[in-house]
Amino acid sequence: MEIFLQQLINGLVQGSVYALVALGYTMVYGILGLINFAHGEVVMVGAMVALMSINAMLGSAFPPAIILPVALFAAIFACMLLGYSIERIAYRPLRHAPRLAPLITAIGVSIVLQTLAMIIWGREYHAFPQLFPNQSHNFGGAVINDVQLAIIIIALLVMSMLMLLVHRTRLGRAMRAVAENQSAAILMGININQVISITFMLGSALAAIAGIMVSANYGVVHYYMGFMLGLKAFTAAVLGGIGNLRGAMLGGVLLGLIESLGAGYIGTLTGGFMGSNYQDAFAFLVLIGVLIFRPSGLLGERVADRA
Amino acid sequence: MNLLEVQDLKVSYGGIRALKGISLNIAAGELVALIGSNGAGKSTTLKALAGLLPCQGKLHLQGKSLLHRAGHLRVADGMALVPEGRGVFARLSVQENLQIGAYTRKETAAILEQELQQIYALFPRLKERRNQLAGTLSGGEQQMLAMGRAMMCKPRLLMLDEPSMGLAPLMVEKVFETIQNISTQGVSILLVEQNARQALQIASRGYVLESGSITLSDDAASLLDSAAIQKAYLGS
Repeated sequence: MEIFLQQLINGLVQGSVYALVALGYTMVYGILGLINFAHGEVVMVGAMVALMSINAMLGSAFPPAIILPVALFAAIFACMLLGYSIERIAYRPLRHAPRLAPLITAIGVSIVLQTLAMIIWGREYHAFPQLFPNQSHNFGGAVINDVQLAIIIIALLVMSMLMLLVHRTRLGRAMRAVAENQSAAILMGININQVISITFMLGSALAAIAGIMVSANYGVVHYYMGFMLGLKAFTAAVLGGIGNLRGAMLGGVLLGLIESLGAGYIGTLTGGFMGSNYQDAFAFLVLIGVLIFRPSGLLGERVADRA
Repeated sequence: MNLLEVQDLKVSYGGIRALKGISLNIAAGELVALIGSNGAGKSTTLKALAGLLPCQGKLHLQGKSLLHRAGHLRVADGMALVPEGRGVFARLSVQENLQIGAYTRKETAAILEQELQQIYALFPRLKERRNQLAGTLSGGEQQMLAMGRAMMCKPRLLMLDEPSMGLAPLMVEKVFETIQNISTQGVSILLVEQNARQALQIASRGYVLESGSITLSDDAASLLDSAAIQKAYLGS
């Protein structure tokens, strides 16, 4: 029972991060029909920029309560700029190209960003400093620490804000209109290029927040950290039904839970033959399962017909 | 001065010339019909005017050239198009569809709300269904929604592409009634219709489009009487 509760908490924490990143995939897919495979790298850049900002301020007189928000805003700003540039430079010229071209470009952008990050920040693991004392709380036999608690709460807050934006504001209406029918959106006077840029920037801001969460939770930052996280968040988006915002959130949390419960019990189930190092396999088993049995995802309306 | 002046408008699709240089004009408050058979270039004309297709020639609205203006900017200039197939946002609610019609408007929320209520007064069905997704409406209701949404743009020139297509006879009557109603409010209208007889009955003038060229333009009454038009488009 304690294992179950502990893995539930771990899964929720990991799932919150997946959900934030999956939202970025699903928003872009919803509006452009494009899988932005560079999105995982945006998460990594967010973590790196936050790390640099914190390290730059750490020796100074600023208290942690100032350092963290400043680092957060620096990361969000950098990622929004990056997201905007990726769309502007790599995807917009291919807006009317066959579907395969932007997909291959997305993979190319991902590799370019990884390589640039490796050149700038090196191949080594960087320690992500702990700014606040991280207390652990006992919770019915399971343990949850302050960082994990903060991850869940902030993720919930950010996701509620996004849902409000998308469903209750003029901009959100425009985003949904562009996602559904671009030429009809033009006829309403909507500048679709602007809306698409904003969508990339919003997704990238979520990625920045997720990047800081992962780094604070694991305490390390690495140029390659966005790759696996990106793939798993993409899996989460597919699981929930790609293009569907609620689906991305549901898929993220579910994937986090499946992974951590799977990792927690696989040892007992296989009599110690397989260990928790098989954790990563669960995400991709889920991906394969969804693609075979329910390609439109849990909340997806139509079968995905796009590359 | 004419509200809309179009001269020698040409549109090509990948080397094939769909519009071979058409000229037409619409005075303020006028209701003009553009008729022609399938593939004559009627929809192409409207799309080019609305900025959805690149074109060459001269295109002036209220004396201002729109030729190089992006489509989304032409809405604030006073142009609205209800496209073929209506183009309502199926996954937005009825009310959201109407609200998005006012996307470029700078007026206060109170004025826009008042206009929204006017649309609802015109189409009570839309008010009943305001919180429903637009995709759940019938074809006729969607056409009402598309027209109401275009009215929320507050256009000087309203262009309608086949508004009666696929609708039951009773609904067709209602659509033509509504078009006349909008026209009496002083909005200029360019109406594209296959249903040539009904279009010419409410229009003051008409243009006949044949394979990318305007072959005839006259008073609507004269066109209705013309033997050639009757034979080709009115089926009598």
